[in-house]
Amino acid sequence: MFSLVQVELYKIFKRPRTYIAFGAVAALIGIIQFGLKLDGKSYLDFMLNDLSSSLEIDGKILNGYLVCYVMLQLLLVHVPLLIALIAADMISGEANMGTLRLLLIKPYSRTTLLLAKFIAAIIYTLMLLVWLAILALFGSMLLFGTDDMFLLKTSYVVLLKESDVFWRYIGAFGFAALAMTTVAALGFFLSVFAENSIGPIVATMSVIVFFTILSTLNIPIFNIIKPYLFTTHMIGWKEFFDIKVNASNEAIIGSIQNPEKIVKASLVLVAHTIGFFVATLLVFRKKDILS
Amino acid sequence: MFIFCASLAIAQDASQLIKKVKAKLELVDNYEATGVMKTDIAFIKAPIGKIKIYFKKPNLFKIKKEGGISLLPKGGLSVNLSSLIASSNYTTIDAGVQDVGTKKLRVVKLLPNEETSDVVISTLYINEKESLIEKAVTTTKENGTYTMLMNYGAYSNYGLPDKVVFEFNTKNYKLPKGITLEFEDDSKPLSAAQQLKNKKGRVEISYKNYSVNKGIPAAVFN
Repeated sequence: MFSLVQVELYKIFKRPRTYIAFGAVAALIGIIQFGLKLDGKSYLDFMLNDLSSSLEIDGKILNGYLVCYVMLQLLLVHVPLLIALIAADMISGEANMGTLRLLLIKPYSRTTLLLAKFIAAIIYTLMLLVWLAILALFGSMLLFGTDDMFLLKTSYVVLLKESDVFWRYIGAFGFAALAMTTVAALGFFLSVFAENSIGPIVATMSVIVFFTILSTLNIPIFNIIKPYLFTTHMIGWKEFFDIKVNASNEAIIGSIQNPEKIVKASLVLVAHTIGFFVATLLVFRKKDILS
Repeated sequence: MFIFCASLAIAQDASQLIKKVKAKLELVDNYEATGVMKTDIAFIKAPIGKIKIYFKKPNLFKIKKEGGISLLPKGGLSVNLSSLIASSNYTTIDAGVQDVGTKKLRVVKLLPNEETSDVVISTLYINEKESLIEKAVTTTKENGTYTMLMNYGAYSNYGLPDKVVFEFNTKNYKLPKGITLEFEDDSKPLSAAQQLKNKKGRVEISYKNYSVNKGIPAAVFN
């Protein structure tokens, strides 16, 4: 199994397409960091316009922790599209090149082969997230320094102590890994049905875009289906940055406002991932390999 | 004539009382203190923070949070008492005696003579015996009305409080979802009572370890 995963990883990283995702993430993060470094004050003034009419806010608000949060908000919606580039190509790519039949001649069961491919897709996903974490979190910490984290939400503001932030990022990236694995599983599932890469890649992207729009649309009729869409739960990482307060409105350091939401979202994502993989397995095991 | 003389005497009393309070505060050229600041504003979730407080005559005042972000009500300079009565350019009006909690306090209103002053009126509730301001309600042109409640302890001889509670009005906070990128926010609209509560803010500062008249570099206030 280990050698099979190695082979699959070799195939992934041999393709130039793989590096598009890493390059895109680096470019996007670089652009945002550059912009905020150069004109972060204007951005902050705009954000704080409402608050600063009644409060004096002192301190290094635009620090690495906040910059990373801003970037994750922007990027984690689009990273699934980059993951689809590889995950949705895992089986259909082989079919397209005519190597799938050759691959299945090997003395391994279809389940083992599929599992190896899926593990390789997950490793690629995790590596992309680690890359994102290195650039967005550590890069921003290096460029902007660290301080307390001042988060402006729609109806309230959260101030997290500097010492109370880093573990939240570990949790958030851990959660993002779960969410992105679900995306990889979806792409992987769709790749069983096609004999070229474009179809499943576009299909995965379309499903994610469609579901994300439904998840964010605030029309009551769609609220019924929202809990069943995995995209609704993909933004659960933000819950790590909301803190509980006690009766006298003091933030409780080390707490999370709604930990049950994180647990629920994680379970939904894991269930989807398993569901997609099992469905892939069922289809693939009975599939006629003609290419 | 008698009534006129009596009211003049009371007015002079109020001015004398303010002078006594001012004399006490003027014993302090500068101070540095450590403390703890608690911010209680309905739409802000903030932990208690350790702070350092600096004051230098005539009205330099700075609160610094130890390695962090601090939130202070606008017009936070007025958190210190000296700046309330630093100028002599105001008219003093005696408003009698009022019960505040268990204490009987003398109420004195200060009306600035300058039309350009941001302060419209300050009402001071003074402990006559100790010459200490225990409560102050100040209405400003720019920043609304704020109330300060003071508790005194070891440094009452200097007129320096152990605890200051600062109550003020805030504006409703709401940012468009397009800015916060929280499209998934499913929070329900606030009730009228919650909205009213949201408009009140409270900052509580507990002072510890005053270091009085030991000198403070001017750079601290930059």
